[in-house]
Amino acid sequence: MRRLGFFLLFLALAPAAWAVMPDERLDDPVLEARARALSADIRCLVCQNESIDSSNADLARELRILVRERLSQGDSDQEVLDFLVDKYGDFVLFDPPFKASTYALWIGPVILMLFGVGAAIFYIRRQARAFPATDGGTAFTQEEDLRVQEILNDLGPANLESSVTEGDRSGKPGPRP
Amino acid sequence: MIAELGHFALILALIVALVQGILPMIGAARGYPGWMAMAKPAALFQLLFVTLSFAALTHAYVVSDFTLLNVVQNSHSAKPMLYKISGVWGNHEGSMLLWILILALFGSAVALFGNNLPATLKARVLGIQAWIAIGFLAFSLFTSNPFERIFPAPINGQDLNPLLQDPGLAFHPPMLYLGYVGFSMAFSFAIAALIEGRVDAAWARWVRPWTLLAWCFLTGGIALGSWWAYYELGWGGWWFWDPVENVSFMPWLLGTALLHSAIVVEKRNSLKVWTILLAILTFSLSLIGTFIVRSGLLTSVHAFATDPERGLFILLLLCLTIGGSLILFAWRAPALKAGGLFSPISRESGLIMNNLLLATACGTVFLGTLYPLFAEAISGEKLSVGPPFFNATFGPIMAPLIFLTAIGPFLSWKRADLKGVLQRLWLAGGLAIGAALLTHYLIVGGPVLAALGMGLAAWLFVATLTEWCGRIRLGRAPLSESWQRLKGLPRSAHGMTIAHSGLAIVLAGVVGASAWKQEAVENLKPGESIELAGYSYLFEGARPVTGPNYDAERGFFKVSKDGEAITDLSPERRIYRVQGMDTTEAAIHTTGLADLYAVIGQSDGQGGWTVRIFYEPLVPWLWLGSLVMILGGVVSLTDRRLRVGAPVRRRPARLSHGPGPGKGTKGTLPAKGSAGGGHRVGA
Amino acid sequence: MSAMRKRLYFMLPALAFAIVAIAFVWALNPERDPSYVPSAMVSKASPNFDLPPLEPIGLPGLSTADLSQGEVVLVNFFASWCLPCQAEHPHLTALAAQMDIPLYGINHKDKTEHATAWLQRLGNPYDKIGVDGGRALVDWGVYGLPETFVVDGDGQIRFHFRGPLDPKTVAEKFVPLIESLRQ
Repeated sequence: MRRLGFFLLFLALAPAAWAVMPDERLDDPVLEARARALSADIRCLVCQNESIDSSNADLARELRILVRERLSQGDSDQEVLDFLVDKYGDFVLFDPPFKASTYALWIGPVILMLFGVGAAIFYIRRQARAFPATDGGTAFTQEEDLRVQEILNDLGPANLESSVTEGDRSGKPGPRP
Repeated sequence: MIAELGHFALILALIVALVQGILPMIGAARGYPGWMAMAKPAALFQLLFVTLSFAALTHAYVVSDFTLLNVVQNSHSAKPMLYKISGVWGNHEGSMLLWILILALFGSAVALFGNNLPATLKARVLGIQAWIAIGFLAFSLFTSNPFERIFPAPINGQDLNPLLQDPGLAFHPPMLYLGYVGFSMAFSFAIAALIEGRVDAAWARWVRPWTLLAWCFLTGGIALGSWWAYYELGWGGWWFWDPVENVSFMPWLLGTALLHSAIVVEKRNSLKVWTILLAILTFSLSLIGTFIVRSGLLTSVHAFATDPERGLFILLLLCLTIGGSLILFAWRAPALKAGGLFSPISRESGLIMNNLLLATACGTVFLGTLYPLFAEAISGEKLSVGPPFFNATFGPIMAPLIFLTAIGPFLSWKRADLKGVLQRLWLAGGLAIGAALLTHYLIVGGPVLAALGMGLAAWLFVATLTEWCGRIRLGRAPLSESWQRLKGLPRSAHGMTIAHSGLAIVLAGVVGASAWKQEAVENLKPGESIELAGYSYLFEGARPVTGPNYDAERGFFKVSKDGEAITDLSPERRIYRVQGMDTTEAAIHTTGLADLYAVIGQSDGQGGWTVRIFYEPLVPWLWLGSLVMILGGVVSLTDRRLRVGAPVRRRPARLSHGPGPGKGTKGTLPAKGSAGGGHRVGA
Repeated sequence: MSAMRKRLYFMLPALAFAIVAIAFVWALNPERDPSYVPSAMVSKASPNFDLPPLEPIGLPGLSTADLSQGEVVLVNFFASWCLPCQAEHPHLTALAAQMDIPLYGINHKDKTEHATAWLQRLGNPYDKIGVDGGRALVDWGVYGLPETFVVDGDGQIRFHFRGPLDPKTVAEKFVPLIESLRQ
């Protein structure tokens, strides 16, 4: 029921304007560009997952105008954001600030990557240690690759199935790098 | 009456699925051939019953049977036929039924075409498929029955959400589900392999075509959804990092990793444990996506009507399927034998890097999507994770991936000659730097990152073509020889070349669309015009038009460049009568290099209209690139090895040792069970 | 790598999923509203604002100074076009009467005649009404209507509620809080 109530309330605020309207714009193109960029990172609270720049909601329009007013009065981008966070909390920021409750978010990908790199290096090195490096284990040159391809083609597709195994490839002595 | 038959057919499908889930599994464990053979007819009957049920619901929509609650809530007699039919899956209950239908389709495909599968493997794969079906059939029957009647029946329905009444979105869900559910095949094969305790090249060869098929559909589904957002939402964006987009993107990222790691299993009998885990996780993410969209856990622009009871039921399914399979993995996977060895510079290592980066990208998207939930659970704090986070983290992961995608195909298996490879890449490197400089020079003051992005796209594209030309010796051998080689090259090799070039095209599109988009918003009176990016948009006025279930105002623009007429654009603003909701219908003209995009808004009541014009450079390349990628997948699917299926499991006949006299295969024999397949290539 | 440690690594995916599953179970709690954002204004001083009166009603307008008169007060955002506001109207009226507490209204983006007619039709429970052209909404961190604040005698915001009041909320949340603030 509570959800239904909220739903109605959103409906009550939903229609009206239509994203950025011509009358909202600032004359100064630099300020206007800043306002646009800033609005794209401010979340509209009524419509939940749109920025105030793209939302049609009344509140979004109010906030767009507010952003422009404050920029015109000489606020820095950060000051505008701080004002909105003071009123609505971090929820309005699409770009979450780096602080205690978001450390895991911002560092998470780095840890994931390091963990993955560590695991991959561990695995690859274990492989490599067992890999016979001294004898015949050199790569084919392109010429040799093509020659293999040729032979395979000659065999015809029908003979390809389980006729030549990959394992044999390194068996051929090739030029040392 | 027909609806009751549909309901009854669904119940029968559940019963058949129970049979299919129990008998063949016992049969495979005990070695009863008759019990195992039950799987095939059961899978086919399951498909039959689910199809009947789906047909019954579709019938109710087509004839606008408003005694069905589901039809009342999502249809209207004045709706065009296409949207009556797409309305079947435009809601929670119906889309669940579509989900089940596709699951049954895949199951029957294995039953019909999997004749060369070992009997136990086939029985187990179908048995596991049946258990997934049981879960979702029960979910549908107990919590989301689409055949519920309503009394008294209303005279007309409440219509489908107008945003969904669109050709792009009519086919988006089926494509997406074919992708999601398609990954259930890889999942079932992975579970069956864990039960059997055996993963080998033959197994990988069975799994790959199913994964590839699902991947093609998912790519198409995501591209279609993105295309829809682009032209329907009316502000020219095509990707918003919305939770609903993210949950479809995550299985795509892991599915792409799975495609590549399965090659290593197939060719080199290596990376087996990881590939099994990827198969489980890819399908798990599809399930989690279904759960998130339907439970309303996250706030998103698009979510189904939510109901805690349903959420709990899907969560239970999720825990059983994902939790159960991961516990099985923890229990059985350590016993899987490691396979072929390789040196740090090799095709294998390249594919490991590919997997590492794709998995990290997927993990990052997962973290960003669910972080608000975690934060709220732990501290009660509400926060948002939006596009800035994803742009900041996703790009740095994808850039090295794409850089390496260009190099990977040059590496030979086991041990590659890096110096030789790099020598062959000088052309690509040179052209990439050229492309970056050219971009920087042409678009003065553009972001440096965009120039680098274009360079990267050129690098991948040229390198991919270089590799292909090298393989058919184009320009180094007589044309006739190249032609012979071209014909002799396996389809999967062509597929890889095509898919990788598609990726390069998409990348160029992403860079262009993000960096150089231009926009103009004006209040125009008829006769006035807007200049944008060298094009002039003359507004000729607007007039009301009437559609079948909406009223609209249509604007007329004449677009010209340097006085020369280019095209006419007529965008609409529609108001759907039943739901009273308005939608924008953008008018788009594509030049191949850019889209000219016009939207019309409300009239100001004084003879003027709010008009919004976008110049969208390279956006057409996004769709073109996606199509090329799908084409690559399809071409690869027609590869003989995949089409005919894998050979019977057996020790390979050791026939040839390559061109030279050398026989010294020291310690690198393929592991037991490897069914060979001598192509050097893989897509 | 010992066999035990190897086993442990293989259990990592299952453990990771267990954490995610626990978060999902928590999130499915029916009491949780995913779209609810708590107000950032609670335990802050009431914002600076000065709103003109709704002329035809004949009550004074509303400004910051009215909120720090040493008395606990209610501040309620409403509009005649907002259906949930109409739903909460009787409960709000009852609350103000029961607790004998000053009730201040902020009439958000409304037409004067509509607001007047609405109050005449339903009855006017407000002691002062400020007319808001849009900005007071942002000053108070409000994003939907109706929303209700409890402000203590020093002008500090002590409690905030989004959505329409109902008897249960009034009895369980507002009454005890107002009583404790008065002591």
